[in-house]
Amino acid sequence: MRAFIPDYKIVTPAALNDALALLANEPEVWRPFAGGTDLMVLLEAGKLPHKNYLNIWSLDELRGVSVSDKEVSIGSLTTYTEIQSHEVLRTEFPMLCHAAAETGGLAIQNRGTLGGNIVNASPAADSPPALLAYDAELELVSATGARRIPYQGFHTGYKQMQIRSDELLARVFLPRRSETIIHYYRKVGTRKAQAISKVCFAGVITRDQERITQIRIALGSIAPIPLRCVKTEDSLLGQDVNEKTIAEARESLANEISPISDIRSTRDYRLRVSLNLLEDFLAGGGSAGGPARQR
Amino acid sequence: MAKESGKIDLHCTVNGQERELQAHPMERLLDVLRERLQLTGTKEGCGEGECGACSVLIDGLIVNSCLVPVAQVEGASIRTIEGVATDDQLHKVQQAFIDCGGAQCGICTPGMVLAALNLLERNPNPSESDIRTGLAGNLCRCTGYIRIFESVVNACAEDIRHTEHRKQEIELPNDRAQH
Amino acid sequence: MEGEKAPIATSTVSYKHLKKAKAVEHLVGKSMPRKEGRKKVTGAALYIDDLTFPGMLYGVTVRNPAIRGVIKSINLGGDVPWDEVTTVTAKDIPGENYVALILNDQPYLADAKVNHAEEPILLLAHPDKYLVEKARQNVTVEIEDQPPVLSLEDSIARKEIVWGEDNVFKSFLVDKGNVDDVWSRADFIVEGEYSTGAQEQLYIENNGCIAIANQKDGVTVWGSMQCPYYVHKSLVKLFNLPEEKVRVIQTETGGGFGGKEEYPSLIAGHAALLALKSGRPVKIVYDRAEDMVATTKRHPSRTKHRTAVDKDGKLLAMEIDFDIDGGAYCTLSPVVLSRGTIHAAGPYFCPNVRIRSRALATNLPPHGAFRGFGAPQSIFALERHMDKVAHALGLGPDEFRRRNFIQTGQTTATNQVISEKVDWGHLLDRAFELSGYHEKRTRFARENPTASKKKGIGFASFMHGAGFTGSGEVYLQSVVGAEATREGRVQILAASTEIGQGTNTIFAQIAADALRVDFDLIDVSQPDTSTVPNSGPTVASRTCMIVGKLVESAVLGLKQTLVGCGLLNEAYSQVEFEHACRHYIDRFGPLKSLSKYQPPPNVLWDDDKYQGDAYGAYAWAVYVAEVTVDMLTYEAHVDDFVALQEVGRVINPVLAAGQIEGGVAQGVGFALFENVVWQNGRMANNQMTNYIMPTAADIPPIRVHFEETPYPYGPGGAKGIGELPMDGPAPAILNAIENATGISINHVPLMPESLMEELGPKSAGRAVGPS
Repeated sequence: MRAFIPDYKIVTPAALNDALALLANEPEVWRPFAGGTDLMVLLEAGKLPHKNYLNIWSLDELRGVSVSDKEVSIGSLTTYTEIQSHEVLRTEFPMLCHAAAETGGLAIQNRGTLGGNIVNASPAADSPPALLAYDAELELVSATGARRIPYQGFHTGYKQMQIRSDELLARVFLPRRSETIIHYYRKVGTRKAQAISKVCFAGVITRDQERITQIRIALGSIAPIPLRCVKTEDSLLGQDVNEKTIAEARESLANEISPISDIRSTRDYRLRVSLNLLEDFLAGGGSAGGPARQR
Repeated sequence: MAKESGKIDLHCTVNGQERELQAHPMERLLDVLRERLQLTGTKEGCGEGECGACSVLIDGLIVNSCLVPVAQVEGASIRTIEGVATDDQLHKVQQAFIDCGGAQCGICTPGMVLAALNLLERNPNPSESDIRTGLAGNLCRCTGYIRIFESVVNACAEDIRHTEHRKQEIELPNDRAQH
Repeated sequence: MEGEKAPIATSTVSYKHLKKAKAVEHLVGKSMPRKEGRKKVTGAALYIDDLTFPGMLYGVTVRNPAIRGVIKSINLGGDVPWDEVTTVTAKDIPGENYVALILNDQPYLADAKVNHAEEPILLLAHPDKYLVEKARQNVTVEIEDQPPVLSLEDSIARKEIVWGEDNVFKSFLVDKGNVDDVWSRADFIVEGEYSTGAQEQLYIENNGCIAIANQKDGVTVWGSMQCPYYVHKSLVKLFNLPEEKVRVIQTETGGGFGGKEEYPSLIAGHAALLALKSGRPVKIVYDRAEDMVATTKRHPSRTKHRTAVDKDGKLLAMEIDFDIDGGAYCTLSPVVLSRGTIHAAGPYFCPNVRIRSRALATNLPPHGAFRGFGAPQSIFALERHMDKVAHALGLGPDEFRRRNFIQTGQTTATNQVISEKVDWGHLLDRAFELSGYHEKRTRFARENPTASKKKGIGFASFMHGAGFTGSGEVYLQSVVGAEATREGRVQILAASTEIGQGTNTIFAQIAADALRVDFDLIDVSQPDTSTVPNSGPTVASRTCMIVGKLVESAVLGLKQTLVGCGLLNEAYSQVEFEHACRHYIDRFGPLKSLSKYQPPPNVLWDDDKYQGDAYGAYAWAVYVAEVTVDMLTYEAHVDDFVALQEVGRVINPVLAAGQIEGGVAQGVGFALFENVVWQNGRMANNQMTNYIMPTAADIPPIRVHFEETPYPYGPGGAKGIGELPMDGPAPAILNAIENATGISINHVPLMPESLMEELGPKSAGRAVGPS
């Protein structure tokens, strides 16, 4: 343990309103602490400079998955384990369930939360690419009210987000779709479990014959933020899938992402695997209407 | 007893026993179990939720105790390896680990036993891939996991175990020199 | 994600032992349950970090923030009550400031100069473990940098001289026949270069020790370790104490794999220095980040092969240059080099062999012992090279090897005549049958061209010598004791440690069998240098074959004593044995027997020429790996693994299978996962998150099979087993990857990034695209 533990404070509010009031009254003092699966790692390494935390783990208002005709609403404290076991999520948003199943081991999945995965803002996080491909929206709450924003655009730079220090991420909304979608999720991390992604690819596509009628693509670990690849989508939308469009899409994606070399992988590897997965997604997305492809 | 500054009062149940203690809120549950409650069966391997040696069950869910600040276990029920055997009677999972060679150096074993027990409580008849997934959060450097898989299979109730499993498990004596 | 209900097809081990064995049944060959199993599965086993002493302080190590240079200043700053903190520098050392091992060049604490990143400079201790860490972070050490050498190439090129006169810790020359005469008449000459990376042992229990020290009683250390007498030897020098004033006790040890062979001497010394200065017990337990960044790893290696073959595919000459990176201090590099050198030419008969090898200095933290000890490095090179030579000759890798396997009566590279019965043809046939080698090779060749996941199968054939190399065992003079109690229990006294491999259990089996008494009557002592004789270090696959044999003879000594004084007949029951022990002890006092190592007859070794009988016995093995290479992600996965080996008599099949499986898993890691990322002379990925070992989801079924040809000088016919399984997986896997992709890759770890580079720019994706 490389942190000086007596320096750290945790307060546990009784209800969401108390938490929001504290955030409003003592601005910048308190930061939320949920399942701890990221923050405790930093603490152990002596790399957690902020000292005062608001324990939101027990706020039931932020838990639970509810389903309406239009959308699924997921409380930000919903754990990866809870996500995987939800029937609607499993059938309609399989990429999110795969992301949850591939994040750490069971012990991590029992503590790691969807909201935490978003606001920890790691470019290597597993669920953001799936959320981006599903056109997720976020609800942020504060003492002064709630606001709902698209998830795309939430991350503005490395560890930078459109959230105020008096706000909490309350819920994640996923719009339901009636049409048949092909889902393609692939986390590449060398080992089969407990991996940190080197590339994470999430894509959904619908086609009319060969023509692409809808497409959304998002990648992780290839830019400072989880990236929705709009330009590549635009280059493909309305096109027929063939060798030429695939080649153009590869080129477009190569320009759109900006992978780096670090201790986990290399720029070249991330780039080439991203392009390979894009091609596989476009050319081989043969599991029409089926669940997301497994790795 | 006067409270040391910055510490909080905590109440939780550990292995069925109610405990009250004072701790800094950010102390790891791992350290509190080991140092305050002398429950040293819970081990530290990595301190970052990677190896699973510190696995415990909180309210029936397996977690890495190195990643849980003790402030978050107020009111919780915790089960550690010390709470697995009852009255000197080993749990069937523990016995299977002994019989099948599932424990070698033993440092991952408490966490691995809890992971196996957690798996079997949720899925009494796991397939091979269920076992692999269920134990993927617990690293073992000694066994290559194979004896651990066999331990889990052996711990399944005899009557519901897959027939394929049973066939494998009693197969053949050791090869003897053929020449 | 419904998993298929597949069987766990892994084992060839019998579970008949689950029915309790009868007292006089033969135990060797039975899977007796692990002696200390119960306390391990209940969490009752006490490891070093589970122990506390009244008044104990926590110790930490301040390390070199630079690489190579001169210490200019050490500053204790920050908001820390320094008057409460015990500090120790090199100036506080009462005896010799070196870890006594081979060359005694590694200081306990750097004094003036530093030679590698993270080298210990200053020790701190305080009763509050949080505060002592805060203190550590408030120390600044200023170093005047000197240029370091950070690669084998730069060390060989003498870019800087960083050790001795030439950067060479040790070199060997093995010369058999005359390779120089062969090249001109060879039909084929095949060259190749191969390299292996550093590998972290990654025992799940980090290193740690607790020490108590004072002027009157001397030094006592408890710790996680493989070799209590190594620690003892170095503490005697460090404190300049008589041997009896130093006591070393091994606590339950959570894995070693070589990583706790030499390094605990350093930690034990550090804890004891702090204990002496503070007058309090001191515990030092590393966290994972410190253990990974500061302690030893497997030596990186580079091997060059030049091989002459005749038109019939017979080896004419092998010229091998084998270099290993020893890091900044010598530590065990000469002996690692020795084992790697002797194994470099493998289980093949070749009339002319020249092996030149060097252990070189760099400014990386010292590399050290890791299961296999040099052999996995040189065997990787050889077994990749044998495939290469076969390919050049147009022969199958199996056919080429069949023409050259060593046979009984032929000589190894060191001119050791193989007197054991070994039948390589049979081993290969059996391994191929078990793995479906030929059928798969044909099928993969047919299916691969149109597949985006390519499959391959490959193998390695290899040998591993058990025990210390050459005359090492003779120098060691190992001793094992046995002592009977009045109740007829027998205590085994040995310094050989249980580190998970089953020492306690097999010693008890061997002893119980030799005495024909119940397994449960045998107790194996906790290694404590004040009570057990020096049975040598727990290394080199020697515990079963060498020390086990001493256990057997020590307990037979008890029996002989009882028979000799008329208290026992040659044939006796357990009850009679118990009575005899009681009568003997009542009449004569303690009943104890010591047994000292005697080499088998006719084992001759020439240390100067490096010729002769390098090892008393070898284990022989064929390992077959089946892989899938994903051409989208360049990830290779091992799908199936067959490990067939001849290891003499297997003492305990479950434990033995566990040894093989664990070694294979480490070999899979060595081949495909475990990459030490060096930045500025230090490991940059020193976390389990970023240095990735295989998980339960990554390991293939490992199908372990034994052939047993009893070895007359091993206990119950056993040979060594511990290191063997580390040797075969990496070359077998890389051979399989070549079979899958057609690309010959000559280095491990083979990370996907590297496989992508090797496959070239056209390898992308599925059949769509430019190809």
